[in-house]
Amino acid sequence: MNIIIPTLIMSALGIVFGIGLAVASKAFGVEADGRIALVREALPGANCAACGYTGCDGYAEAVVSGEAKPNKCSVGGPDCAARIAAIMGVEAGAMERMVARVRCAGTAGACKTKYDYQGIEDCAAAKLMHDGPSACSYGCAGFGSCAKACNFGAIYMEDGVARVIASKCTACGMCVAACPKRLIALEPADANFTVCCANRDKGMYVRRSCTAGCIGCMRCAKACLVQAITVTDSLASIDMGKCRRCGECMKVCPQKCIRYFDCALTR
Amino acid sequence: MVRDLFIIVLSTILVNNFVLSRFLGICPFLGVSKKLDTALGMSGAVVFVMTAASAVTWLLNRFLLVPYGLDAYLQTLLFILVIAALVQFIEIVMKKFMPPLYNALGIYLPLITTNCAVLGVALLNMDYQYDLARSTVFGFAGGLSFTLALILFAGVRERLELCDIPDCLNGLPITLISAGLVSLSFFGFQGLFN
Repeated sequence: MNIIIPTLIMSALGIVFGIGLAVASKAFGVEADGRIALVREALPGANCAACGYTGCDGYAEAVVSGEAKPNKCSVGGPDCAARIAAIMGVEAGAMERMVARVRCAGTAGACKTKYDYQGIEDCAAAKLMHDGPSACSYGCAGFGSCAKACNFGAIYMEDGVARVIASKCTACGMCVAACPKRLIALEPADANFTVCCANRDKGMYVRRSCTAGCIGCMRCAKACLVQAITVTDSLASIDMGKCRRCGECMKVCPQKCIRYFDCALTR
Repeated sequence: MVRDLFIIVLSTILVNNFVLSRFLGICPFLGVSKKLDTALGMSGAVVFVMTAASAVTWLLNRFLLVPYGLDAYLQTLLFILVIAALVQFIEIVMKKFMPPLYNALGIYLPLITTNCAVLGVALLNMDYQYDLARSTVFGFAGGLSFTLALILFAGVRERLELCDIPDCLNGLPITLISAGLVSLSFFGFQGLFN
C-alpha cells in the first residue's frame, strides 16, 4: 500500500493537469495567423528595430495585420521584401538601398587634441568632458561606441575616426542612435559624394582645430554645375536629389572633406 | 499577524535574499541581468509565479500529501509537476485575457517553470511550517527579493560594460566576481532581526 497511494496520487495529478491544460488551451486558445510565423522566418532575425517595431516578431505581426508594408526591413533588403510580399500576396514596393556615413574626416593626423583623455572608453562618456578630447567639438570622439553598437561588424575605427564598410552595412540605424555627436547619417547608397564634416564654426576656428574640416569657403557651391550644394553655418551640404555625381565639388575642395564613396559595392 | 507578515517580507528581501543569501535562482540572475528592461520583465514574471506557486503548493500539501503522510518525500516531485503545470496554465490564460501583460512577461514565463527559486520557496514554506497567508506572503516577498537582486545586478553589469576589464576576466569571470561582491554586501544585513 505504501507504494500504491503515492503512485496513484502522482499519476492522477499528472492526468488531471494534462487534461486541464489541454482543455484550457482549447478553451482559451488564441488563433494565431499562420502567416506571422512565415513572415517571421523570411526576416533576417537581427532584431535591430530599424523598421520601427520592437523586433522581427513585432514587425512580422504588423505586416500580417496589414499595418506595415513589406519593404520596411533594411537588413533583409529587396530579397526579403519580395519574399514577404509573396507570402502576403501584395506588391513589395520599391526599396532604396541606404548606408550609414560618418560625417567626419578628422583623423589623428588631421584633427588636434585638446587634452589626454583617460576615462571610460565610451563616446558618450568622453563627450561629457568638454565635448571629448579632440580639438573639434563637432567631430568623431573616436571611442567606437558606434562600432560596438553595430550588430553586423560594419564599422571599424581608423586613426580615431569611425569608418563604415558599405558592403556590410544594412542601414539598421543602430550606429546613428549610438553616436552622441550625431555624426552618422543614413544616406542613399548611390549618393557618391558626402561632405565629411559636421563643424558649424567659422572657417578660421575650424582651421585651428582640424585640417580636414569644412571651412565654408563656397568653392564647391560655385563649382557645382547644378546648384546642388548649399552652405549654411559655414558648412556645405549636398542635395542628393539635384546632384549629378560629376565630382567637380570634390576637385575644388581645399580641405578635401568632400569624399567619394563607391556605390558599386554590393552585399 | 500583520507584524509577523511585515517581518517575513523585510527579512526575505534583505536578510535572507533568495538570490544573494540563499543562492537560489542563480541561472536567470546571471542570464537576464544584462539589461535593466529585460531584468524587469523577468522579475515581474518571477514575482507572479512565486506568489501563485506558494499558495497552490501549500493547498496541495495540506489537503493531499499530509492526510496520507506523504509530505516527507513526495513534496519535491509533486511541486515540480504542479509548478510546471501552473505556469503553463497561467501562460495560456494570460495570453487570452491579458495580452499586454503577456507581451511584457511572455518569453520569461516558460523560463521559470524549472527555476529553483520557485521550487525553493515552495519547499521552504513547508520547512518553516507557514500557514496559507504566511506562505503566500513569503512567496511574494521571495519574488521581490529576486527583483531587487536582479535590478541591482543589472545596474552593476551595465556599468561593467563601460569598464576597461583585462581580457582574462572579461565576460563571465568578472560577472561572477561582481555577483560575489554584491552578495557579500547583502551579508551586512545579517542579524537585522533575531
